[in-house]
Amino acid sequence: MHLDAKVPDGPISQKWDKHRFNIKLVNPANKRKYTVLVVGTGLAGASAAASLAELGYHVKSFCIQDSARRAHSIAAQGGINAAKNYPNDGDSIWRLFYDTVKGGDFRSREANVYRLAQISSHIIDQCVAQGVPFAREYGGLLENRSFGGAQVSRTFYARGQTGQQLLLGAYSAFMRQVNKDNIEMFARREMMDLIVIDGKARGVLVRNLMSGRIEAYAGDAVILASGGYGNVYFLSTNAINSNASAAWRCYKKGAYFANPCYTQIHPTCIPVSGFHQSKLTLMSESLRNDGRVWVPKKSGDLRRSEEIPESERNYYLEQRYPSFGNLVPRDIASRNAKQVCDEGYGVGTTGLAVYLDFADAIKRLGQNTVTEKYGNLFDMYEHITGENPYKGSMTIFPAVHYTMGGLWVDYNLMSTIPGLHVLGEANFSDHGANRLGASALMQGLADGYFVIPYTIGHYISSTDLPSVTTEHSEFRVAEEEVSKRIDRLLSVKGEKTVREIHRELGKIMWDNVGMSRNKSGLQKALGQISDLRDEFWNNVNIPQTGNHLNKNLEQAGRLADFLELAELLAVDARERNESCGGHFREEYQTKEGEAKRDDENFSYAAAWEFKENDKPAELHKEKLVFQEVELSQRSYK
Amino acid sequence: MKNMNLNLLVWRQKDAGSKGKMESYIAENISLDMSFLEMLDQVNEDLIKKGLDPIEFDSDCREGICGACGVVVNGQVHGPQRATTVCQLYMRNFKDKDKIVIEPFRARAFPVIRDLVIDRSSFDRIIMAGGYISVNTGGAPDANSIPVAKEIVDKAMDAAACIGCGACVAACPNASASLFTAAKISHLALLPQGKIERKKRAEKMVSQMDKEGFGDCSNIGECEAACPKEISISHIARMKREYFRAVVDEIEK
Ligand SMILES: Cc1cc2nc3c(=O)[nH]c(=O)nc-3n(C[C@H](O)[C@H](O)[C@H](O)COP(=O)(O)OP(=O)(O)OC[C@H]3O[C@@H](n4cnc5c(N)ncnc54)[C@H](O)[C@@H]3O)c2cc1C
Ligand code: FES
Repeated sequence: MHLDAKVPDGPISQKWDKHRFNIKLVNPANKRKYTVLVVGTGLAGASAAASLAELGYHVKSFCIQDSARRAHSIAAQGGINAAKNYPNDGDSIWRLFYDTVKGGDFRSREANVYRLAQISSHIIDQCVAQGVPFAREYGGLLENRSFGGAQVSRTFYARGQTGQQLLLGAYSAFMRQVNKDNIEMFARREMMDLIVIDGKARGVLVRNLMSGRIEAYAGDAVILASGGYGNVYFLSTNAINSNASAAWRCYKKGAYFANPCYTQIHPTCIPVSGFHQSKLTLMSESLRNDGRVWVPKKSGDLRRSEEIPESERNYYLEQRYPSFGNLVPRDIASRNAKQVCDEGYGVGTTGLAVYLDFADAIKRLGQNTVTEKYGNLFDMYEHITGENPYKGSMTIFPAVHYTMGGLWVDYNLMSTIPGLHVLGEANFSDHGANRLGASALMQGLADGYFVIPYTIGHYISSTDLPSVTTEHSEFRVAEEEVSKRIDRLLSVKGEKTVREIHRELGKIMWDNVGMSRNKSGLQKALGQISDLRDEFWNNVNIPQTGNHLNKNLEQAGRLADFLELAELLAVDARERNESCGGHFREEYQTKEGEAKRDDENFSYAAAWEFKENDKPAELHKEKLVFQEVELSQRSYK
Repeated sequence: MKNMNLNLLVWRQKDAGSKGKMESYIAENISLDMSFLEMLDQVNEDLIKKGLDPIEFDSDCREGICGACGVVVNGQVHGPQRATTVCQLYMRNFKDKDKIVIEPFRARAFPVIRDLVIDRSSFDRIIMAGGYISVNTGGAPDANSIPVAKEIVDKAMDAAACIGCGACVAACPNASASLFTAAKISHLALLPQGKIERKKRAEKMVSQMDKEGFGDCSNIGECEAACPKEISISHIARMKREYFRAVVDEIEK
């Protein structure tokens, strides 16, 4: 199939306006007749569901948690970008666009990114109107801060709980529509399959996580906003229930999966404390605004951080990147941390950590201001580690955090399956090979509030959608398969727990498909993943049965999909013979050890098509054309 | 530091319809660096290996922000540490050989689904009744067009920090949801954007709270003490004022 991104013609600054004018509208009185199924209630899903319901569509919404309000987006801490230029420091739509394309190491689609930058301002307006309590100055106007990869202050925030406040804003709009019967809410439901009829997405099968029953829902279009796949690494900053299964089911039904190897490692997480670790905790990147990253100059220095004098500290980011300093993009900050640890300068009990110090900030701003800005993060750090970060430096280490890859979508956010639209972290669209801080919240809300309400209308009004019910045979067939798979999982009754196998997968991925990769490591990982997948299907032990709440069974289903996705991720990483953003191939680096792109051969989005019968996935390339931004070697020196 | 062994007494219940009971387990080889939920994870791993049923409990973010987790530990909602959800409670708060009693949040409006997992959809319905500002997507004025004093936003943010975990209900002898409801009413009533609908909002949310079978508030203050986000009971006073104002207005109409 030819990949058509459907980018509108014309100058980049007019594409979206023109497109909105040209697309077909659905008659307001007719919207009621259409049902849209929305999987996921994070920022992307909740904002989409609310906005579509307001327009008059009938929406059915599904999420894994017991309430829409608990989607993983709730955990975002640092902030959301917008090109408001309130601080008058030189920001503009163009600059946000440019920073995002550059930050993504020139591997994103220009037209999408430009639209994102254009929409960004409206998001802030919308959230404020909903009552989101963003931080303000004493004069009553909104406050901004800066974030990695940018030299302007364009990040809006609500203490260290920006994701929570934005999600609660979207959730409130969502619940208002539930109250009006425009949204039907189905919580504690997990999507098990996508129903494709006559080549179009027409329904979903979900498992009721309380009763175990499989339920079928039919609709005129499906929106997938099911988040990212960082948990393929077992340990990540993602929530326990974050998974790739919904996207993977769609992949297996014909939606192409793009750039799976673009994964983001976040530089400021709390280091692993032991084998029992169930997830990793992020310390918001906003800390790098005022915190200074360093390691002791002497390898193996066992003194407490506060006992090491200034002259014996190596502030390596400030040294190596004088103009961006501690605010270099995430991939660079992470790789540098790994490098100093590999060289033996790491600190903490494992030697896999670096320091983040606030002494200067406390001196400059006073402890009160620091508490006001970062208080809850400092508290969290102390809770987890038992150490007081006001006294000594924090220890931090990189951890898997975000996945830029996801289902391929065109400019309308539609996948290669007509009618299946993909929003938020689940799609591959805007961040190229590396996402800048505070841009995921922006993208999720842009997709949900301001893009999909237009583009889905166009799809519905220009597509023949004969009525479909859950009596259709496709539902029957898929339901049988889903039940069979669950029975198969339950019948293995082997020796290893789901968690043990997941942990093993995580280790394979972190060691060989993590922060830096090379061909032989990837090849090795591919063998190990395949062996582990066999072991899973022959030796996993899932307790109890499938007709009641059974979290081990839920996690087993997700792990089964991770074991397949892991392979595609490693294949994609092996095939991309260049380094870009979060994908660092050791064979391809500059003399200074920076990522070295190969624009001539790899300036494309890799979209993988599933093939039946164990045949390898087929690669399709969407060529990326840069007309507005000149390709350059990223430099943050 | 040495790892610990702990004696657990845990509530087991098959479903809402069944009768539950306490069962005892030994949590072996527990590291001080584990979170409380990681301790339960390990107990579950051991149970599965022995062919026994793992203990079901809810959690998601494990960072104290999603509000999914929540159990009563030795009679204390979310355990012994102040301002801390149980997912952020670390085992260094316990000693070797400690006895730990673990129960679900209990309230008529929170039926048990299985073991420690409860149904809190009543909270969703309270928000549904009016916990929002009625604006549609699009057409919002510039975000800086209405300045809001920093003190006001800070206060609104204090209330908006609620994670909807239900600790306030579980801690209240009357199983009242007043702190949860008040936090949302207060957050929105404080902001200029939210003032327009404040009366209708208070009236609807309070009456939904009653309908769900939550008890009345008699100012005991256990909710505030148990709240992992330290939401102040003063918001309940504001809710009562808002509600009173709405009712008086209704009568005078
Ligand atoms: C700790 C942390 C901090 C972050 N901080 C920031 C920040 O400061 N700024 C920023 O811009 N970004 C930040 N991010 C990234 C950002 O939070 C996420 O990328 C974004 O919130 C994803 O939103 P989403 O709507 O796409 O998906 P999610 O919020 O992940 O929501 C997924 C939804 O899909 C549902 N779902 C998933 N699978 C299924 C299934 N099979 N069936 C049914 N439902 C399903 C879930 O229940 C959930 O409702 C942070 C991320 C983390 C982990
Ligand atoms: S698991 Fe999210 S608050 Fe505890």
